[in-house]
Amino acid sequence: MKILMALALAATALLAWVPLSAHHGDAIYDVTAKNVTLKGTVTEWVWANPHCVLRFDVTDSGQTAHWVAETTAPPSLIQRGWTKQSLKPGDQVTITVLPVKNGRTVGRLIEVLFPDGQKLPHGGDQGSGQ
Amino acid sequence: MESQFITKYRCVILIVVAAVASLCSLARAQSAPSQPAGAARSQKAAPIIDGWGKTIPAESSAAPAPVHDISGIWEPGTRGVQPLGAGAMPEDGKPDHQLSYTPAGLAKLKGTMPSNGVRTVLPADSNDPAWHCDPQGLPREDLFELRTTQIFQAADKILLLYEYGKVWRVIWSDGRELPKDPEPRWFGYSVGKWEDEYTFVVQSTGMDERTWIDRAGRPHSDALRVEERFHRVDHDHLELTVTIDDPKMYTKPWVALDKLRFNLEPSNFDVREMMCSPSELAEYDKLMGQPASGKDSQ
Repeated sequence: MKILMALALAATALLAWVPLSAHHGDAIYDVTAKNVTLKGTVTEWVWANPHCVLRFDVTDSGQTAHWVAETTAPPSLIQRGWTKQSLKPGDQVTITVLPVKNGRTVGRLIEVLFPDGQKLPHGGDQGSGQ
Repeated sequence: MESQFITKYRCVILIVVAAVASLCSLARAQSAPSQPAGAARSQKAAPIIDGWGKTIPAESSAAPAPVHDISGIWEPGTRGVQPLGAGAMPEDGKPDHQLSYTPAGLAKLKGTMPSNGVRTVLPADSNDPAWHCDPQGLPREDLFELRTTQIFQAADKILLLYEYGKVWRVIWSDGRELPKDPEPRWFGYSVGKWEDEYTFVVQSTGMDERTWIDRAGRPHSDALRVEERFHRVDHDHLELTVTIDDPKMYTKPWVALDKLRFNLEPSNFDVREMMCSPSELAEYDKLMGQPASGKDSQ
């Protein structure tokens, strides 16, 4: 029994030591949090370094929330089907976002779905990467 | 008797089993090679959309590696982005990615506040010099956002043209020695020579101390020496290995990039422009960095 307890104590210490897999470790995101999916209207698509940014409005029960969601830099996005012309003000889209930790309407852009079924990024929800 | 034992001590047994399983999984992840040997030869590289908007297939040639020739337009894909710091030693909290700092090195490390990796701070609190468009310098130009890299060879020098920041470096191959106690430069001073028919080895010194070694904020001193080994694996592939040697900051040299693989693109490949623009950074900061850090006016 004593041996087993000693083993258990050692095992518990080991479990505490095994690190969580380190993600692209931005302090503003909790990568274990759930994504949210929103229906909105594009107000601006900023195609620039360091990261492209999509601004969109979500209206619910008469209230409009102004959202800002970042993805990655243009050279990476180009290879996944995004361009400067992918989105324009007025586009009606369904957007999946990982919100920032502090509760603001700001987040990481995971996926954009157009009414005709087209998706960005092409090939699925690869997320924003770097 | 046996089942009574298991029932009585099931919680303890579960803890032991879980710990062993986690340890095995961790060991497997750490020992798995990032790229199997021989993959450079066997994998066909994906086509890339170039800076002109054209889809360009990578070179696929059965020709042997040319002798004393690393020239070409070399594409690392996303392998060179390295968001958590030096690709072979990312700052991800894993024990075998822990660097061995001197006391001075540790003190300087604590002064860097990166917005990525396990020591990340909020974007508004970061003091990353490259986030204000200071030159990345050497070796960081190899260790963060390393993208399509053009290499031109002349009789007495090799030119490297980098996509990120649209910067270039001269590596002197005319036999000169590195300068002693030179005026610091962001990209230092580089000399190189052929170690064998397919490997060009570069030594650099004189790097400005204001630069970070990588995105994770690893520090360096004026004693930094960087070695880069460019190895022409075969006609279509190049590998880059970067070693950091800074005895004031680290107790021993460490490999920052280990055989990073580049695929050869054809000569008609137009390289994209990827600049650090202070005005674009300011706009990004206003839209994302400040609100996400809770530091804007709202």
